Amino acid sequence: MNSLIISISWAILKARWKQTLIAAIGVTFSITMFIALLSFMSGLNEMLDGLILNRTPHIRLYNDIQPSVNQPIDLTKEYKRGHNFISSIKPKDEKLSLFNNGLILSTLKKDNRVLGVTPKIVSQVFYNVGNIDLIGIINGIDVVEENRLFTFNDYVVEGNYLDLKNTPNSIILGKGAATKMLAEIGDIIQVTTSKGEIVQLKVVGYFQSGIADIDNVQSYASITTVQKLLGESNNYITDINIKLKDLKSAPSLAKEYQNLFNVNALDYQTANSQFETGSSIRSLISYAVGVTLLIVAGFGIYNILNMMIYEKMDTIAILKATGFSGNDVSKVFITIALTIGIFGGMFGLLFGFGLAVVIDNLPFNTPSLPTIKTYPISYDIYFYIIGGIFSFVTTYLAGYFPSRKASKVDPVVIIRGK
Amino acid sequence: MQEKILEAINITKYFHDPITVQVLKEINFSILKGEFVSVIGKSGCGKSTLLYILSTMDTDYEGSLLIDNIQMKGKKEFELAKVRNQYIGFVFQFHYLLNEFSILKNVMLPGLKFGKFSKKEVEHRAYEKLKILGIENEALKSPNQLSGGQKQRVAIARALINDPLIIMGDEPTGNLDKKNSENVFNIFKELAEVYNQALLIVTHDNEFASKTHRIIEMEDGKIIKM
Repeated sequence: MNSLIISISWAILKARWKQTLIAAIGVTFSITMFIALLSFMSGLNEMLDGLILNRTPHIRLYNDIQPSVNQPIDLTKEYKRGHNFISSIKPKDEKLSLFNNGLILSTLKKDNRVLGVTPKIVSQVFYNVGNIDLIGIINGIDVVEENRLFTFNDYVVEGNYLDLKNTPNSIILGKGAATKMLAEIGDIIQVTTSKGEIVQLKVVGYFQSGIADIDNVQSYASITTVQKLLGESNNYITDINIKLKDLKSAPSLAKEYQNLFNVNALDYQTANSQFETGSSIRSLISYAVGVTLLIVAGFGIYNILNMMIYEKMDTIAILKATGFSGNDVSKVFITIALTIGIFGGMFGLLFGFGLAVVIDNLPFNTPSLPTIKTYPISYDIYFYIIGGIFSFVTTYLAGYFPSRKASKVDPVVIIRGK
Repeated sequence: MQEKILEAINITKYFHDPITVQVLKEINFSILKGEFVSVIGKSGCGKSTLLYILSTMDTDYEGSLLIDNIQMKGKKEFELAKVRNQYIGFVFQFHYLLNEFSILKNVMLPGLKFGKFSKKEVEHRAYEKLKILGIENEALKSPNQLSGGQKQRVAIARALINDPLIIMGDEPTGNLDKKNSENVFNIFKELAEVYNQALLIVTHDNEFASKTHRIIEMEDGKIIKM
């Protein structure tokens, strides 16, 4: 019985194969573009997020310079209950270093929600170029851990990042700073620390993040080099960078660590909220365009089926006269619509994947993004599932309304009309 | 007395568009098994309208219709479709074969819809029916390769496929020349006399009607002679 419906649908499809093909090509085209668009857009999002995410700690622990929350007057008995106005509060002369950092580090390493922790010193310096002083920042890092957690090596465009650990008093210069200082690898450069001391460092590599403001200022050295530079002891660190197993838990864990260690904690989401917004809006736009394409294809199918029904009035009438019910007739046209949707959709998914592969292999070289060689593409299976379901649903709806019309055809009217 | 296979009781019908006109006025008659009945009358006397009511395709009427002693009034659309499929065979003025299918498949379609027999058996039966009509050699051709007379015979074979209680025809010879008309008449006659098949044929060909068992003559929506 069902195979009978399918064989009738198939016969009508074959009799009108050109119209059917055009409808199916419409679906194929829209699904292809849907997949390619989403893959490209998500690839771009992932790349941009990756640029930030790879380099940014999920939680950063540091000491902020800020006035004390508890002022002495609030602690006195008499004025405790009042609302006290104090003007001209200055922050306490407090060190930027994290107090008791050894204990913090070992506690965090034992926490099984944490993927890894790495200490860091941020130190302001001047790069000396002849008479000119350029403002700079030298980050003291644990070279091996920094590479493991934040893919440091990806951004070292020349030289070997391990030299930072193996060569004493070495530095990896930001690409922009290096250009200004005309410093080649192997050269010795001179920096002035914030305390006025002049130190000589050997350039072992260049660092390029793709963000000019960072590359003009930032440089990297090993943690011991920076401690020496600042004349501090070997337990002086200013930041602890944490990478978590689950990025989503960063805000809540940041709060927890802030209370536990009595330091400032900044989570990834708070620090980079603008990227999240950008990504979600880009995805939204690509979904909107993709869905629009599919709806247009759906209207195409609707029109073609409507035309088919007008052309096949006689067939419908005689099927009804010989004992096919309205429901059977409607099934025939829904089968036709779904056949168009399923075949068109399948080819659309295949071509969409093909187009994504082509885009993925197009060369894309930009000096600002040293790690990117081709256009970014995401191969998320999710897009293919959505595309498949959508082609099915739109073609079903596009077939549903014409098929209802077909089921209501009155055979008497058609047969008498002859 | 032979059993009644179709009975019309007080069938009355109005057309409402553009103005209300009564087209059928209290039609009462019945058909027995193996009877070859023709309905004649002038154009517009309501004979085709009556046929479509009797065939269950038109449900907008007053009175009642019994097929095989079962009341048709009030049945749902899909139930009526089943009745048409199993109890009624149709032959129209125009052949209404489906060009998408071969002759054989055209004959088989109502049988496949019935689902009583397997596909193989339906095919075998279709060949048998085509053989009765002498066109078994054309079985695998497409309908548009056949002449008008042959097409009409295919339509009769299609009407016969489910061994219906009654065959209804709306001017089945209206589009055919004299020779083919006679052919079709002889086939009907053979079906009635050899296979004991009941037939109800609407025609305006008085010569055709005169050779049938019973003539029902209509005028202005009423039966005037029966």
